[in-house]
Amino acid sequence: MTDQPISAPKEPQSVTPSRLRRALDSDFYYAFRHSPVAMVSAAVSILLILSAVFAPLIATTNPFDPTTLNLMNGFTPPMTPNAFTGETFLMGTDDQGRDVFSTILYGMRISLFVGFAAVLFAVVLGIFLGLLAGYFGGWTDSVIMRAADVQLTFPSILVAMLIFGIAKGITPVEHRDQMAIWVLILAIGLSDWVQFARVVRGATLVEKNKDYVSAARLIGRRPSAIMIRHILPNILSPVLVIATISLALAIIAEATLSFLGVGAPPTQPSLGTLIRIGQGYLFSGEWWILFFPACTLLALALSVNMLGDWLRDVLNPRLK
Amino acid sequence: MTEPVLSIRNLTVEIPTRRGLFKPVQNVSYDIHPGEIRGVVGESGAGKSMTGNAVIGLLDDPARVASGEIWLKGRRIDNLSTEEKRAIRGSEIGMIFQDPLTSLNPLFTIGEQLVETIQLHLKVSAAEAKERALALLDRVSIPDPKTRFDQYPHQFSGGMRQRVVIALALCSEPSVIVADEPTTALDVSIQAQVLDLIKELASETQVGVILVTHDMGVIADTTEQVTVMYSGEVVENGPTDKVLSAPEHEYTKSLISAVPRPQVKLHRFPQVSYGGRETTFKIQDLARNWHKPEPSKSGKLVEVKGITKTFLEKSALLPSRRTYFTAVDNVSFDIKDGEVFGLVGESGSGKSTVARMIGTLLPVDAGQIQFDGDDVTAMSAADMANYRKQIQMIFQDPFSSLNPRMKVESIVAEPLIHHKLLPPDQISGRVHELLDRVGLTRAAAAKYPHEFSGGQRQRISIARALATQPRFLICDEPTSALDVSIQAQILNILKDLQEHLGLTMLFISHDLPVVRQMCDRVGVMKQGQLIEVQDTEALFANPEQDYTAQLLDLMPRLAQLSG
Repeated sequence: MTDQPISAPKEPQSVTPSRLRRALDSDFYYAFRHSPVAMVSAAVSILLILSAVFAPLIATTNPFDPTTLNLMNGFTPPMTPNAFTGETFLMGTDDQGRDVFSTILYGMRISLFVGFAAVLFAVVLGIFLGLLAGYFGGWTDSVIMRAADVQLTFPSILVAMLIFGIAKGITPVEHRDQMAIWVLILAIGLSDWVQFARVVRGATLVEKNKDYVSAARLIGRRPSAIMIRHILPNILSPVLVIATISLALAIIAEATLSFLGVGAPPTQPSLGTLIRIGQGYLFSGEWWILFFPACTLLALALSVNMLGDWLRDVLNPRLK
Repeated sequence: MTEPVLSIRNLTVEIPTRRGLFKPVQNVSYDIHPGEIRGVVGESGAGKSMTGNAVIGLLDDPARVASGEIWLKGRRIDNLSTEEKRAIRGSEIGMIFQDPLTSLNPLFTIGEQLVETIQLHLKVSAAEAKERALALLDRVSIPDPKTRFDQYPHQFSGGMRQRVVIALALCSEPSVIVADEPTTALDVSIQAQVLDLIKELASETQVGVILVTHDMGVIADTTEQVTVMYSGEVVENGPTDKVLSAPEHEYTKSLISAVPRPQVKLHRFPQVSYGGRETTFKIQDLARNWHKPEPSKSGKLVEVKGITKTFLEKSALLPSRRTYFTAVDNVSFDIKDGEVFGLVGESGSGKSTVARMIGTLLPVDAGQIQFDGDDVTAMSAADMANYRKQIQMIFQDPFSSLNPRMKVESIVAEPLIHHKLLPPDQISGRVHELLDRVGLTRAAAAKYPHEFSGGQRQRISIARALATQPRFLICDEPTSALDVSIQAQILNILKDLQEHLGLTMLFISHDLPVVRQMCDRVGVMKQGQLIEVQDTEALFANPEQDYTAQLLDLMPRLAQLSG
């Protein structure tokens, strides 16, 4: 009996190709190579992010080092030699003679940092609460999701302003400028967690009824282990998609807050702060102080958003 | 012989992919004569549905007919425009799909849908159309057609819905009906009624039927001609009796040999392998590294005493307004050491709920489950951990029972690590041994579940279940999602394990022939209640309950098959 052969499917003898080879061969990369929109927006996003990261190397001046500033350079138009100093600036200078190109690079650092950190904060909070709500259900679910519903009844920018206002009120005056960035991250992150929690909850409801979760429960794994080790890896792809789109929205939210004067302080200007500063000079003819930061913000938000849209179509073909 | 109403000549369907042309249907030819039912049988991926879709002109993009011809009553229809194809579809060719729930529009009454379809194809007045619709409902044995006419699909049961779909397909008096797995979503008792209806209609209205199915029983019961397909090609074509009793092609032989016999209990499932995708392996010395399970104190390993489970059906704020549904009602049975106990019943009879309660996946509302004398429903945390080590479960759906983001090695190792059964440096060796045992190679350990077929995944599930060396194994429909030849392999593995390791098993299935082959004793469940428990042979020979007799009666007859 024991040695009677029974048949089993043969496994193909495959040699495991290298990680890079497999990545280049994947359907994901294939879809990427065949989508001009995806390639252009990825290229623009990466270019902008890299130039922000390496701003100190690329920027011609450090616009926040007062010793490098020359007031005589103020209001120099782009690509035109300054009447007094003869210096030429790619994108001109602002009222204090700061190179607009350099301020944009440094401003983008703040914008991107706030954007990434706020989305990260929202993702972590949203995943945590969404997993709890979806996995345990019952009153845990009710409390979390009703809180989410209540928050959704206010426009998120309003929520962010409210949180920003409260946080600013309780920070001591002398730390306000340093704390502003962190308060901004907290405000945008808190106003953004709801959509992550909702998606995670929905996906968790689906996954928790699958038999691999039953199998883990049968073994006796604790709920925390099941949520983190089993469910979480299987719900990350929709989260990744929303996070990308959210990044664009967070950058815009930050710019909006800064434009309204409640965000990044003038000592650490973000793109939004630069637009606010430039706005004052638009009708007096110094258009470049507004124009270039605004274009940069547009390119950044648009490319990240389009990348997110494409990612959604690829990872979830049914939504197309 | 009459002229065929539909003939398919050398049909090839191709799908362009980024890795070249893929041909799911190659060179397929068959004819359908008026009043004839032709079965098209094969395993999943054999291209049987794709052929049907090509006939009705419903190939999904980017699939297309590459070559070949389809003739309908002397007219070539494969090269018609989309517009012309649509005119033929529904009027000349009727369709019945697998899921009756999705083929009816939930927003319209049955009557409206019938009248609309009739008026679309025949030039008749509304009153006349209604009359025809009522006649059709009566024709497909819908009781009280006048009342039913104004009801919505959700007010119909699954079998009734499928009858309505058949009525819809008959609206335009088609000459051919393509029925794609029309009874797969239905219970056996309803399946038999729907198949009888199709048979009657074919002989009365002289409509030709293409019946696509994976179920040999359905083929044997219903069809006159059969076409056997294997990976896109027709391997055998002929009268059903002849093909089933004296198959010529090796594949047909292997397919038929793997069908579980309802009449006799065989020691193991006979297998003829075919197609080069199978290889032989020797079962390892299973007793090595395996502690023979200790006999239980009373000789009964599991004792289920009056367990009940109710689910909330309608939630409401006031407790008095809530309604409950009793899924399992006061069920008691026991399973002896080393026994395979079967639970059978139709869908919704509560058999899976029982399994989940024993597996502690669902709390028990009332009653007791005793495992080797200890009450599972009132155990301390330490006892519970010990209990969980001794029971394991194999699930129905091999695609959802393995975590897609974990490698096979981690999946199989998880119980070992969780229960701290082995020092970390020995775990990998044990995992390889377990994979060997279920007939997978060591290379499997480094892969992800999606790289395996359904049958291979079910083997991984078994390896995981064996990791803790359980005394008791719960199998919840372990093969109902698998093709018949794979089913035979998996059931043979389970049989061998049971025999060599002295495992006690609870085996849940709706498939009576499978239960007969696997189980020592069988319990029959109906609407949450256990109505009969008997030794398998006694149950099949002399069922005590009418319901059991009825179920046995509905088992597909494979009289033509030689045991």
